[in-house]
Amino acid sequence: MKAALFVTCLADLFYPEVGQSVVEVLERLGVEVSFPLRQTCCGQVSYNSGYQQDSIRAAKHFVEVFEAEVEGGADVVIPSGSCAAMIRIHYPELLEGEPEWHRRLLNLRAHVFEFSEYVANKVGVERLRQLSPALAAKAAYHRSCHMSRQLGVAEEPLKVLSCIDGLELVPFFQEDACCGFGGTFAVKMPQISLAMGEEKIRHLKDSGAELFLTSDMGCCMHLGGQASRLGVNLPFKHVAQVLVEGVQAK
Amino acid sequence: MSGGQTTFQERIAQGLKNSYRRRVMGSTQNRMRANRDQVFAEWGNLEEWRERAREIRQHTIEHLDAYLEAFANAVRRAGGQVHFAADKESANRYILEVAQRHGVRTVVKSKSMVSEELEVNQALLGAGITPYETDLGEFIVQLAGERPYHIVGPAIHKTREEIRQLFSELAGEELPSDARALTAFARQWLRDKFFAAEMGISGCNFGVAQSGAVVLVSNEGNARLTTTLPKVHVVVMGMERLVPTWEDLDVMVSLLTRYATGQKIISYLTVIQGPRAVGHQDGPEELHVVIVDNGRSQLLGTRYQEALHCIRCGNCSNVCPVFRHIGGHAYGGVYNGPIGAVLSPLMAKGTERRQWMELAYASSLCGACTDACPVKIPLHDYLVQLRHDAAREGLAPWGERLLSTLFGWSTAQPALYEMGQAVIRQMAGWSGSAGFGWGPLGAWTQYRDLPQTPAQTFRQWWKSRAEEGAHGRE
Repeated sequence: MKAALFVTCLADLFYPEVGQSVVEVLERLGVEVSFPLRQTCCGQVSYNSGYQQDSIRAAKHFVEVFEAEVEGGADVVIPSGSCAAMIRIHYPELLEGEPEWHRRLLNLRAHVFEFSEYVANKVGVERLRQLSPALAAKAAYHRSCHMSRQLGVAEEPLKVLSCIDGLELVPFFQEDACCGFGGTFAVKMPQISLAMGEEKIRHLKDSGAELFLTSDMGCCMHLGGQASRLGVNLPFKHVAQVLVEGVQAK
Repeated sequence: MSGGQTTFQERIAQGLKNSYRRRVMGSTQNRMRANRDQVFAEWGNLEEWRERAREIRQHTIEHLDAYLEAFANAVRRAGGQVHFAADKESANRYILEVAQRHGVRTVVKSKSMVSEELEVNQALLGAGITPYETDLGEFIVQLAGERPYHIVGPAIHKTREEIRQLFSELAGEELPSDARALTAFARQWLRDKFFAAEMGISGCNFGVAQSGAVVLVSNEGNARLTTTLPKVHVVVMGMERLVPTWEDLDVMVSLLTRYATGQKIISYLTVIQGPRAVGHQDGPEELHVVIVDNGRSQLLGTRYQEALHCIRCGNCSNVCPVFRHIGGHAYGGVYNGPIGAVLSPLMAKGTERRQWMELAYASSLCGACTDACPVKIPLHDYLVQLRHDAAREGLAPWGERLLSTLFGWSTAQPALYEMGQAVIRQMAGWSGSAGFGWGPLGAWTQYRDLPQTPAQTFRQWWKSRAEEGAHGRE
């Protein structure tokens, strides 16, 4: 199996360990990983702010960079439900008016996966279990809105995490409520964003978890950054990171 | 519709400052959601119901002209009179004419969001006619001189103590703070008004095109009194409020009650077909149906047409995390919450549109509203689309426009993109102190810490790894 990693702008810049963990997990699962160096960002920032024409540039660039990988037999793997939703759900709308680009995108789209979706549905959790990951910890999983509502990928990360021996996932109040990140919303409407973040941080802390997991580093950057400013300890990790820890701890 | 003198940002700040109200709103949302979840679980096949409802609404709106004609004809056949009002002025003019013809001095009203939109009460007061809101929640906000806080629960933001004070002032004595006693007071105080009023004004939840029936859904019985006791009954309804047949009504009412209040069945489902007929015991002598456009037809034939599918259940506000914290009044218009953010600019007249466009930014685009809509209006997609319209119409700040253009270019030019990364790394590295940085970065660091800038970007790490790998193979 071959996977081309689309690392996302946030992981590239601020959380390279997330990309590194994805590479390590996939390689341990026997997947050959490539990283096309010409890749950039999915363009969601522009799209959500109303600048569709700017995000069309990103969409076309994505198609150009990744279609060769897919033709070469690779799937595109993304450690972000939000960026995966941008590509799978919004790129087709953006390129609708340009039939040739639209056709090229659709060829590619069926091969685009969010990380835990890829592990659960393409690789299969049996393979993951063979690595017998183990990590004794009480964790709360924060689901991102774009991943669970738009992309419709809600169960896969839980399925993947359930393979880690000793990892206890604890429930918390209002699990599906938005954390308040929302991309540019966080800086355009900071007070509302912070009010939402504060409530989410409270619910996460009340869960009694010691570790906080996510599939979207945008939520993590917002919640973690707010918690840090408030002096609250909220150690966030991407699903791929705990998998690596679990495998290494074995 | 108008937000008054305050700006949206000021209203947001006001909403956020009221921590008591935020706590109440939060627990109200939680309770409503729990009720609804239970009702849906018992009901089953929720998605099929929603899809059926969406189809009915889509079909109706696509053929709205034909259904409006059928409905109006049926109302007239049943002895009612119909007035098509292009705007608020036309509607109010007609209502006042009818009132003056009958020498109306007082009016009782049952709950109607369209009448809020038309500001009927102000128009009546201007003509020396006193309107009394008879829905308990509307009665409370009328006494407080406020707008409804929520489409379905106009006074859900009011504490019992606030209500006690309002009622005590009206009673001229200190009333007890007991909910039962307070509602008993309202009931008794309003009872005389029903008997005295020469005109009743109601809204319309659904109009059945097949038969010209006006259908009202209520829990307090006040709609029955409003529509039967006074000798003149005026219905104000949005032009999109139709369903083709009784079968369609069945689907829509089943969804409305469950989504609006978590009830399997509503206390009063009132069906009105024409005024009192010969030989009938009750009902008004005259029935007038005012069918209101007031900006609605601006949506027809546009990508926003589905916003007309709304059945005003208010559930998008019940699940909205933004509404939860800023409250209904922050939106500044008649309709609030996600549907209000969509409808306010789209229904606005001419240049008024501008002031409503900023509502679209008060959303994290979490999509909870779209998931919670009984007729599947793509609410959060519409909010993105409105932001697109705002950008195209030059309503967004130029700095933002410039940043987005630069960003757009860089996403298609890897070399430029890497340069941008280097700049952000540099700036983020400096931004140890709060509020440091220009534009969005500054707005971020004012309230939140940035993650520590890593020694390498992922792509730098990948390159060095690839080089090491190549050396290793040598």
